[in-house]
Amino acid sequence: MKKILIVCGNGLGSSFIVEMNVKKIIKELGKEAEVSHTDLSSAKSEAADIYIGSNEIIASLDDGKRTVFGLNNLLDNAKIKEILSNNL
Amino acid sequence: MLSFIINDVLGTPAILVGLFSLIGLLLQKKSFSDTISGTLKTIMGFLILIAGAGVIATTLTSFSELFVHSFNIQGIVPNNDVVSAIAQKNFGTSTAMIMILGMLFNILFARLTPLKYIFLTGHHTLYMAAMLAVILATGGMSGFPLVLTGALILGALMVISPAILQPFTRKITGSDDFALGHFGSTGYLCAALVGKLIGKGSRSTEEFKVPKHLKFLHDSSIAIALTMTILFIVLVLVAGKEFTETQVSGGQNYIIFAIIQAITFAAGVYIILAGVRMVIAEIVPAFKGIADKVVKDAKPALDCPTVFPFAPNAVIIGFLSSFCAGLICMFFFPMLGLSIIVPGLVPHFFCGATAGVYGNATGGRRGAIVGAFVNGLIISFLPAILLSVLGGLSNSTTFGDADFGVVGIILGKLMSAFH
Repeated sequence: MKKILIVCGNGLGSSFIVEMNVKKIIKELGKEAEVSHTDLSSAKSEAADIYIGSNEIIASLDDGKRTVFGLNNLLDNAKIKEILSNNL
Repeated sequence: MLSFIINDVLGTPAILVGLFSLIGLLLQKKSFSDTISGTLKTIMGFLILIAGAGVIATTLTSFSELFVHSFNIQGIVPNNDVVSAIAQKNFGTSTAMIMILGMLFNILFARLTPLKYIFLTGHHTLYMAAMLAVILATGGMSGFPLVLTGALILGALMVISPAILQPFTRKITGSDDFALGHFGSTGYLCAALVGKLIGKGSRSTEEFKVPKHLKFLHDSSIAIALTMTILFIVLVLVAGKEFTETQVSGGQNYIIFAIIQAITFAAGVYIILAGVRMVIAEIVPAFKGIADKVVKDAKPALDCPTVFPFAPNAVIIGFLSSFCAGLICMFFFPMLGLSIIVPGLVPHFFCGATAGVYGNATGGRRGAIVGAFVNGLIISFLPAILLSVLGGLSNSTTFGDADFGVVGIILGKLMSAFH
């Protein structure tokens, strides 16, 4: 089971919404993954197979070792679907 | 049995929110293990946020002592997370009741009125509920009337706040798919209107190159640690080595003491946020699930960073401009006889950036700069005035974002007019 971590500045609002959308899309795709959301500081010390967040946030997480996906628009579910179809 | 339910179950806020979470999980027909773990997590989250408030308490006391000794006036660090966590100690039950009932009123209003918004920024719902609980109790209300009044106001705010911004939100996002659900909305409305007024012919912020060196701002805990460290070091330098080490730090070196106190504050905020995250994790999806069933054409109202990617330059410009306004207010407030409001990087970043995005949408670069500056003035003035209606909840922190000030001050004044 792959783990997906959604990240935003505070880990309260926007990442939580994206998490709900990601869970819905995974269900639609008939796939399985563990999904959670957190703040940027915590994300740096939390292991996950895939990190998703806005471009600015992801820029701080992208160290070449993590699998990261930055979104231009956090609510672009088509883009999220594409990421999930290709990586789960 | 009845007294057990009323005093022990409903009177223990952690158990009460756990109960709400349990009902939500049962309504969503979650599996047995999800239901158990979700309920336990909610209760734990509530206890964690109370613990976070405890971590911060001592640092706020030292902050206050140093500030009053240095400047002969109270200094205030507006922070929604901290002040809400402090409020849970005495107002936890009313807060939880107002929050849940307020969400139900939100669904009801979205169903019955043309304002079809479902407010999904759970932590703001919680904070607004906390503020309403404190102000209504300070004004002399209690029990069921307090909860009902608070919930009605909260439910109304949850549809009105996204609605006033929607024409501008549409302009920013280029769609009508979602709304902004953030209780800084009066500040953003002012920014958008100011932009409209003065921004004629000004080009969008997104046509310019803006340096991207402010990455750490996205990292709230680092931003808080940095602001508080600067603040505490300035305070101990002004208060002096001798006063600090004999009166406040118990002998610890004054500079080391300043750094530890500052970062302890940031650590406390980090703990509170972790708790809040756990408290709302089960409640918001249940709320959304019910809302989707009841209100067919509902628009979700979402947290402010969802508009950031539409104008990344306006985010940086808005923050800087709002923060400048905050700094100016810090120096001028004592002359006006107001407490000194210390501008925080976090409120000015989130609210200033959002104001910048709205100002840019209506008035380009000029709109972003002036609109965010106006927002900075708003989130400095309102917390200073709000303090008087919170009945001694804390003398060193208060609610920061604009709507808390607007609603709190109006409600507080109304309450005192009736009593």
